[in-house]
Amino acid sequence: MLDTNAFDLRSYISRNPQSIAVWIALAALITFGLLRYDNFGGAYNISSFLNYNSMFIIISVGMSFVIMTGGIDLSVGSVAAFTSVVAAYMSPYGIEIALPIAVLAGMLFGGLNAFFIIALRIPPFIATLATMLGAKGGALVISGADTIAVDWGSNFTKMGMEKVFNILPWSIVVVGIIVVGLWFLLEKTSLGRTVLAIGGSEDASTLMGLKVNRTKAFVYLLSGGCAGLAGVILASGFGAGQPLEGIGWELSAIAAVVVGGTLLTGGLGSVPATVAGALLLGLVFNILNFENGLGTISISAYWQMVIRGGFLFAVILFQARVMSRNKRKGRVA
Amino acid sequence: MSAIQKAFNGVVALDGASLEIEKGEVHALIGQNGAGKSTLIKILTGVYRSDDGAVEFDGAESLISSPREAQAAGIATIYQELNLVPLRSVTENIVMGYEPKKLGVFIDWDEAHNRAREILKRFGIDIDVTARLGSFSTAIQQLVAIARAVSLDAKLVIMDEPTSSLDVSEVKVLFGVVRSLRDAGVSVLYVSHFLDELFEICDRVTTMRDGRTVDCRKMDGVTKLGLISGMLGRDSSEIAEAGMTEFSGGAAKHGEVLLHADNIATGPRLTKLDMTVHRGEIVGLGGLLGSGRTEAARALFGIDPLASGTVSLKGLDARLETPAAAIKAGIAFLTEDRKAEGIIPDMTVRENLTLALLPKLTRNGQIDRAREREIVQGFIEALGIKTAGMEQPIRELSGGNQQKVLLARWLAVEPELLILDEPTRGVDVGAKREIQAIIRDFVSKGFGVVLISSEFEELVEGADRIVVLNEGRSITELKNPGITEDILVHALAHTDGEAA
Amino acid sequence: MSAQNYVSQSFGPAFNWKKVLRNHGGLVALAVILVFNILVTPNFLQLQTLFVNISQVATIAIVAMGMTLVIATGGIDLSVGAIMALAGAIAPLIFQSEFGQMYPVLGVALAIGFPVLVAMACGLFNGALVSILKVQPIIATLILFISGRGIAQVLTNGNLQTFKNPAFSYLGTGKILGLPFQGWLAIVIAIVLFWVINRTIFGRYVLAVGGNERAATLSGGPVRRVKIAVYIICGALAGLAGLIVVAINSASDAARNGDLMELDAIAAAVVGGALLQGGRAPIFGAILGAVIIQLVKYTLLANGVEDEVALIAKALIIVAAVYVQQARKE
Repeated sequence: MLDTNAFDLRSYISRNPQSIAVWIALAALITFGLLRYDNFGGAYNISSFLNYNSMFIIISVGMSFVIMTGGIDLSVGSVAAFTSVVAAYMSPYGIEIALPIAVLAGMLFGGLNAFFIIALRIPPFIATLATMLGAKGGALVISGADTIAVDWGSNFTKMGMEKVFNILPWSIVVVGIIVVGLWFLLEKTSLGRTVLAIGGSEDASTLMGLKVNRTKAFVYLLSGGCAGLAGVILASGFGAGQPLEGIGWELSAIAAVVVGGTLLTGGLGSVPATVAGALLLGLVFNILNFENGLGTISISAYWQMVIRGGFLFAVILFQARVMSRNKRKGRVA
Repeated sequence: MSAIQKAFNGVVALDGASLEIEKGEVHALIGQNGAGKSTLIKILTGVYRSDDGAVEFDGAESLISSPREAQAAGIATIYQELNLVPLRSVTENIVMGYEPKKLGVFIDWDEAHNRAREILKRFGIDIDVTARLGSFSTAIQQLVAIARAVSLDAKLVIMDEPTSSLDVSEVKVLFGVVRSLRDAGVSVLYVSHFLDELFEICDRVTTMRDGRTVDCRKMDGVTKLGLISGMLGRDSSEIAEAGMTEFSGGAAKHGEVLLHADNIATGPRLTKLDMTVHRGEIVGLGGLLGSGRTEAARALFGIDPLASGTVSLKGLDARLETPAAAIKAGIAFLTEDRKAEGIIPDMTVRENLTLALLPKLTRNGQIDRAREREIVQGFIEALGIKTAGMEQPIRELSGGNQQKVLLARWLAVEPELLILDEPTRGVDVGAKREIQAIIRDFVSKGFGVVLISSEFEELVEGADRIVVLNEGRSITELKNPGITEDILVHALAHTDGEAA
Repeated sequence: MSAQNYVSQSFGPAFNWKKVLRNHGGLVALAVILVFNILVTPNFLQLQTLFVNISQVATIAIVAMGMTLVIATGGIDLSVGAIMALAGAIAPLIFQSEFGQMYPVLGVALAIGFPVLVAMACGLFNGALVSILKVQPIIATLILFISGRGIAQVLTNGNLQTFKNPAFSYLGTGKILGLPFQGWLAIVIAIVLFWVINRTIFGRYVLAVGGNERAATLSGGPVRRVKIAVYIICGALAGLAGLIVVAINSASDAARNGDLMELDAIAAAVVGGALLQGGRAPIFGAILGAVIIQLVKYTLLANGVEDEVALIAKALIIVAAVYVQQARKE
């Protein structure tokens, strides 16, 4: 909803009541972290945080487009695992070859989703569930169920390991550029508006003469491509293709999108708020690690899962309250 | 000259329908539900494809195969169910698919908002075009749909029941727009159940029956009775004798007070309602759209909680906090939105019919299936529900028969008060009369009915009293016999003037 | 009306393989798999094979039946796997505690009863979020999906709990008339649920809520309670399945118990004919779906096909099942 009044804060808030929560929470967590931990604002923490979370940001943004049309893409985690293996195999040819091929591989799965959903009319939840299993199986088959080391001699690992200005990893730079591009695409192009219109009402969009099928194909290809990119970052950051990674990523991405205020039923959504949602979920982990480091509490990995779930619960409660207050005011009809 | 001709053969929905619309005329299309009007329109606009026959548009054969192509060719359609996207802004809904661009790619939002404002101004509407469409009333949304069609510079605008959710003043605005379209040489295909409107706005009328076009003539010299007889395929003198609705002639004696609503309010849309329903009485709720009619029904049925005021049933205080409580107290409510709130499409006629009755059909949690079948069979026969059997999914029934099943759902619980919100909307003329007869029969047994209807004729002839609502308040009451459509319109108009 | 009749007549009485496939696709698929196995898989027609498969199918089927009820109301439950892990982690804690060893009978009874109660509480949590706070089911159940397994691992410190307790292990290894106990259990549950869906007011309301929630509310249906109830039932069945898995292995591993079970259960429900938008609850379909999924896994495994390829096969089955379903609707 960022149109001409995009940067009039009050109108932004009044139109996106459901995404205020994420911005407030993000600001609060960052303030908390800066005040409590010495190294929180340090270059090392910032760059490793951004590097790791760039994967989640890009798949969350891809996912948000799918969700804005009222669909869902459960395959992103497996697809990222698959493409990390593809990228690892292609790494000797350098990043300029490996990246596009891995992204294309991701789009291939996106295309498969689109085919199931548009041509065979299979509900997105089921279609992408199937692709998820297929991509996972595929990743294990092509990798022999083992990690595939990348070629350290080429420039492939720069993506995940080298930094611009000594602080920003290349991965977040690439992801950042793409995310800004997608933000513009959503707000400023017919394609972007059609994405939102389809989620608002697919029938109405068809009758309005919008290119519904093409747009739906686009969002699944986009989501697949984003997952492909995440796979490249994964392989270059860890120095290996990871066929067993990606489990539960789709749910993290969905959580980030929802935390960012996008309705799962589609029709509403914002790219920056989704990024904020992904950062927020990542920050919770980051802060838990710092707490561990301080030694004030000893939080095992298991507790982290519990806390992450509890955090999601808190955000949902908050959103439910904001939404119901708005409903009472008659704003969300 | 631009003219359209079309003919189909071999399709069951449409069996040799042809239609000719001249440039710059307002052409009415009428027929009972299921006569094929919607199918015909959908073929014209590329939603469906015809099996046979030809469409000619603007002097050349047209091969329209999608809504997009239809729009490109200059055919714009306003569908009966609003086909807009409520979550998006007014501007988006108007310009979507045809956004003004900067540099050929980026949407020029300033220009888009201006364009939307300008078009709406022509309709006398001044609203915040950047706000979500869903935040406006149904009437405004309907006018936005029309604004979209106008903005596309269409040569032919198709309007399918455009006034079904508009009030009198909004209809006037709409007619003004239609006239200005006609004067600009645009053709309008106007589909409506409200026959009176046609005389006011249309030049010619085509009548459809059973998938065929049976008649096409000039509006001058046609009578309302003539139109109805054409739709029904019956002799007009027969109908004149029988009266226009099945209600006429049955004024029963009224008994004790059944329901009394004292000063009730639920929110900004229903601020003060006083009404009383006696046994054996049909009380109409008169008012324009947005006057609080439906809200009143929802309050009495326990859907919206009362903010203030009290409701008493048979002299006792009633606490109606949920539909379940209202049903227990002997109240039933037939919704105006059959599809969204009435039928469960995939369930059978039997399951739909007994849905509200279930608690009474159940012993220890188990449903008495023999009794269930017996009751359902009884209603199918008593109400003349046309179905292949009680195990047929309800979605396969026609609108009128679905409505009868829903009516039976409520009659089955043996309520003492039946609230009917637009009981005959979207139902063909034949079924309409049958439903009206059922209602009359119900009150004659000493029960009460609250009747909401947009059709003045149905209210005037059907109700024993009419409580007139305006802006969420009950302001006056009219008593039959003696109410005429004129009197009702004046009552509404008078209060309109007062409010302003 | 006339169009309807016209369409239904056009199918005609002659044998129509397409129609058979549409209406009985699951059974046809099952027959194909069985014939294939009899011809190709070595030792397929042996009791041992049957037992292995039944004990595997039973857990999937029990969870899938609960899932079918949830899906029938238009919902989904992603937390079943996590609930299995949680219930499975609690049981050994109880019967291996001092109290449990002092009163072994009571200990085993509690070790079965209490975890199921906890599982029902999880279901209550899911159901309350969905029906009272109106959170979309996929998100509401995501909370426990993420943290449920974490809680199980916190309780056990992430350790594998091994035990010897014949009474408890009967859940997973006992036999009645030569067939595994959990197979009988699944059948009993199926019969009860089938009766509930088809004969009781609760069952009718479940289908009505999934078919048109607004209409169900306006007809006086207790929509909230019905929704909460299906999640509780689904939770209880998942908890039970978690106990069975633990009993089979005589060990509880919170990290692996029920891992990816939500996918198998959803797949089984859908293959069995459940519609994701709700309104249908084919209980025996869920069992059929579970059998098909298990048999495909077994077939591939027994014929030396790798596990990962089995995943792809599962994906294809799901797509095919839903495609056939979709075609039937149109």
